[in-house]
Amino acid sequence: MLLIHCPYCAEERPETEFAHAGEAHIERSTEMNALTDEGFSKFFFYRDNTKGTTFERWRHIHGCGRYFNAARDTVSDKFLTTYKAGEPKPDLSKLVDDQTNAGAKS
Amino acid sequence: MNAPVLIQPNRIAGKGRLSVADPMRFTFDGKTLPALKGDTVASALIANDIHLVGRSFKYHRPRGIVSAGPEEPNALLGIQRDVARHTPNIRATVQEVYDGLEATSQNRWPSLKYDIGEINDVVSPLLSAGFYYKTFMWPRKAWDKVYEPFIRNAAGLGKAPVHKDPDRYSSQHEHCDVLILGGGVAGLSAALAAAKNGARVIICDEQPTFGGALHFDTDIVIDGMDGFSWAQQAMAKLAAMDNVRVLTRTTAFGYYAQNYVGLIERVSEHLSAPSADLPRERLWEVRAKKVIIATGSIERHMVFANNDRPGILLASSARTYLNHYGVAVGKNVGVYTANDSAYAAAFDLKEAGINIPAIVDIREHPNAELVAKAKALGIRVLTGHGVMAAGGKLRVSSMSVAPVNGGAREVIPIDSIIMSGGWTPSVHMFSQSRGKVAYDAAKSRFVPGVYAQDCVSVGSCNGTDDLSAIIDEAIKAGEEAATYVRPNTSQVSISIEANGGNAWEGTLIGAAPGAEAGKVVKAFVDFQNDVTAKDIRLAVQEGFQSIEHVKRFTTNGMATDQGKLSNMHGLAIAAEALGKELPEVGLTTFRAPYTPITFGALVSHSKGALFEPTRKTPMHESEVAIGAVFEDVGNWKRAWYYPKGGEDMHAAVNRECKTTRTNVGMFDASTLGKIEVVGPDAAEFLNLIYTNPFLKLGVGKLRYGIMCREDGFIYDDGVVARIAEDRFHVTTTTGGAPRVLNMMEDYLQTEFPHMKVWLTSTSEQWAVIAVQGPKSRDIIAPFVDGIDLSAEALPHMSMAEGTICGVPTRLMRMSFTGEMGFEINVPADYGRAVWDTLYEAVEAADGCAYGTESMHVLRAEKGYIIVGQDTDGTVTPHDAGLDWAVGKKKTDFVGIRGLKRPDLVASGRRQLVGLKSIDGRSVLEEGAQIVEDPNQPVPMKMIGWVSSSYWSENAQKPIAMALIEDGFNLMGKKLYVPMANEVIEVEVCKAVFVDEEGGRLHG
Ligand SMILES: [Zn+2]
Repeated sequence: MLLIHCPYCAEERPETEFAHAGEAHIERSTEMNALTDEGFSKFFFYRDNTKGTTFERWRHIHGCGRYFNAARDTVSDKFLTTYKAGEPKPDLSKLVDDQTNAGAKS
Repeated sequence: MNAPVLIQPNRIAGKGRLSVADPMRFTFDGKTLPALKGDTVASALIANDIHLVGRSFKYHRPRGIVSAGPEEPNALLGIQRDVARHTPNIRATVQEVYDGLEATSQNRWPSLKYDIGEINDVVSPLLSAGFYYKTFMWPRKAWDKVYEPFIRNAAGLGKAPVHKDPDRYSSQHEHCDVLILGGGVAGLSAALAAAKNGARVIICDEQPTFGGALHFDTDIVIDGMDGFSWAQQAMAKLAAMDNVRVLTRTTAFGYYAQNYVGLIERVSEHLSAPSADLPRERLWEVRAKKVIIATGSIERHMVFANNDRPGILLASSARTYLNHYGVAVGKNVGVYTANDSAYAAAFDLKEAGINIPAIVDIREHPNAELVAKAKALGIRVLTGHGVMAAGGKLRVSSMSVAPVNGGAREVIPIDSIIMSGGWTPSVHMFSQSRGKVAYDAAKSRFVPGVYAQDCVSVGSCNGTDDLSAIIDEAIKAGEEAATYVRPNTSQVSISIEANGGNAWEGTLIGAAPGAEAGKVVKAFVDFQNDVTAKDIRLAVQEGFQSIEHVKRFTTNGMATDQGKLSNMHGLAIAAEALGKELPEVGLTTFRAPYTPITFGALVSHSKGALFEPTRKTPMHESEVAIGAVFEDVGNWKRAWYYPKGGEDMHAAVNRECKTTRTNVGMFDASTLGKIEVVGPDAAEFLNLIYTNPFLKLGVGKLRYGIMCREDGFIYDDGVVARIAEDRFHVTTTTGGAPRVLNMMEDYLQTEFPHMKVWLTSTSEQWAVIAVQGPKSRDIIAPFVDGIDLSAEALPHMSMAEGTICGVPTRLMRMSFTGEMGFEINVPADYGRAVWDTLYEAVEAADGCAYGTESMHVLRAEKGYIIVGQDTDGTVTPHDAGLDWAVGKKKTDFVGIRGLKRPDLVASGRRQLVGLKSIDGRSVLEEGAQIVEDPNQPVPMKMIGWVSSSYWSENAQKPIAMALIEDGFNLMGKKLYVPMANEVIEVEVCKAVFVDEEGGRLHG
């Protein structure tokens, strides 16, 4: 069972308190009605399914109830970071460096 | 007269650590045998000179005890405590004897010595690797009659228990600074170092006593005492410390993400009469800041012809039996080895008075000191020799010895062979933690390489062989772990003095001489799954190149022992056959559990009534009192129908439906999901969430709303009441409440975060009583205060706040039956009192309570849909005949774009219509398929399916709803529902069967 850091509670809690909510940073258009068929299918159906670092949404559903974003490595299952909804994507190169340093320290 | 003393022929007086003062009895296949307290079933059987303990899985070959630990592949027994407590496949080398234990051998009939299945050994060419895949290909018909019964009979070892498990299990979460897996020299040294430095430590070991290899290696002296005594003292010292938890009989079975490790503690399996207070097993779910892996290593067998004969076992296991249990494995013991450890075992046996006719060493030049010592003890050493085959069947009787490079064979009579092919570091836990192993070519072994988690390996599982090096490495790991988790503590150093340990040299992986390619012999690699060296070569020959494929084709390493002995041999043979270097072929993945664990321990208390919560409405007990029959809806118990005077369900539902339409009925609707939506932007928010327009809904008015996903398919529905300008009372389907709230929160938090809206689940806060029927107003009127109930003041689809029975209420004039009706929301705590009062009035008026079944019929008579029954996640509002509920002038709502997708506006979509049975009596089966032409060949073209179907007492005919291709254009068309024994003719109609004009709603 993973431990996940909720950026709102500022605490690490067990995975069972959270619900996964799909890929992050997919914005709903403010002009939904004007989307082309292709635009809509990209918005609704297509996902990156990355091998490596993925950005995804989680909800602290059995905690504070807030949706937040996470950068997670889909191979190692390690969370690189979690951050509040609406915040920009973190700098990936910096995150990976931090991880490497953290690994070297232990 | 004293009871006759039962002789244990292989028990050696003065050897071992068990006391003759603690005798016990147990039975094996019905025969009573003596044992000593502390024996395992295996040590006690060998003490009684019993090696034959089972038949092998595939060939039914006689099998004996191979090891003295959890790696045991052969000695799997059924252990029976009483009728309900029979556990199959228990390793005799792990199960401790308790007084009265009953053990039975497995996979044999009629008896262990005469087993019919042995024919498989003779016809074994038919059962070679992959035989399941090849043999049972065709003909198709033979599957049911021949192959499947054969496989079912042959498959599986042991017998599953037939009774419900009567035992209790428990589970516990635990957090610690340092978790240490293994209580041998390395684990204990690390634990002492970490604990002395203040870390909170858990140390576990799968055996009843700590010490690991110190159980057999009596050459080791630590801190001035013999190694085993040191281990007991170290354990006692640790157990006395407040910051240490010591767990014996506890196996670490799984290593999961972020240092989450599963341990299984066998609490009472070793007790003759366990107290009822004790669980059978306890599951520990440990989250550790640092894990120290000290799991040791496992000795390998030698792969030679007939190496599976009972009496052939691992050298150091034989040493364990002698030095710990005081049991010699035989009287005349041959030794076959590629590793020095077998010499130590031979010396101990010889010194205990056992005859050692020869040490057969595959190496030309083994350690000269050992050879000299052997000779000094009078033991013949045959270097550069191999055992070409073992003789005997139910018990090994000879070994046929020849020079490795060819030459004459010499047959040496023996009654046991001890063997060593070298040692395999136990990297299971490291590998489960997702660490990557590295190949140590000099010693032909895999050791921990790149770590993936916060853990460290110490001792022989780390490839460290020298005793002093092991202790130094372990102390360092313990101290560093403590400092790592508590950086501000000053470090305390400890030192442990040890000598006498041996770094044993020598290794053989793969087939031994005499079993190499081309030799038609049964040289077993995997005892438990009956995989021979030949099988592995065959797999390669048939084109399997990946070790993962070879493993699955041959089943090597796939038995319950997970190939603890066989993996390295299998890999080496495959590598040789492929002409590749071993690391290129790669090791198969280690998976949890390390050793088999019970489902009982995993399930723990989460079974029976505690499996999941039961939800009951506030009125539940009153419904029970008036005889309701309940059905499960999700976790809810819902009143299904209320039989009277011996009615069956059909009669009760007919009466309830009739009474409601002609008089009055009441219904517990408390399970409806309810969400309070509040805030200045609440109307705007609901306008985006629902397909319907919500901005102009007046205060005190209700609206039926549909919610879609972005793809345009119906997600949920319900009635929304506007309580105030900025406050809405939203209802959802019974099962839909959590997901609807989740979806609303999602949009509110992430897509429309600028909106000032707050969402609160109120499902459990309101009890809801529906009172429906022409007399509904008359029934409730006497109890209502502060609300004008007249049709003018409170028309259909409106609501008001006031009191009922003196209790505050949100009283809604609405209907899911098509009759005039009210849904009375009261605070949950008052639900039962209001229900009881109204029920009395309804009864007095010859009305009735109705349950969920009648609710379904009544709504179907009106064609009202149930989301999830009449929709399946691919139905649009238009498909469901609810196009009117989609706001055409709206510029945005969830699903607005999805609804315009080409497929969703295309013709020929399945649409919700009504169906009449033409014979006027056949009630269709829900889920039944519909065709246009019943005479077409099978498989027929299905054009739709029945979603709801009932007998309507009010319409006096069967009624049904169905999703049918282009259904709206098929009104009046005759279609067919083919069933197993008949074809039912139906006619498409509008999905309204009662009061088509809807006048009854407005009374
Ligand atoms: Zn939180």
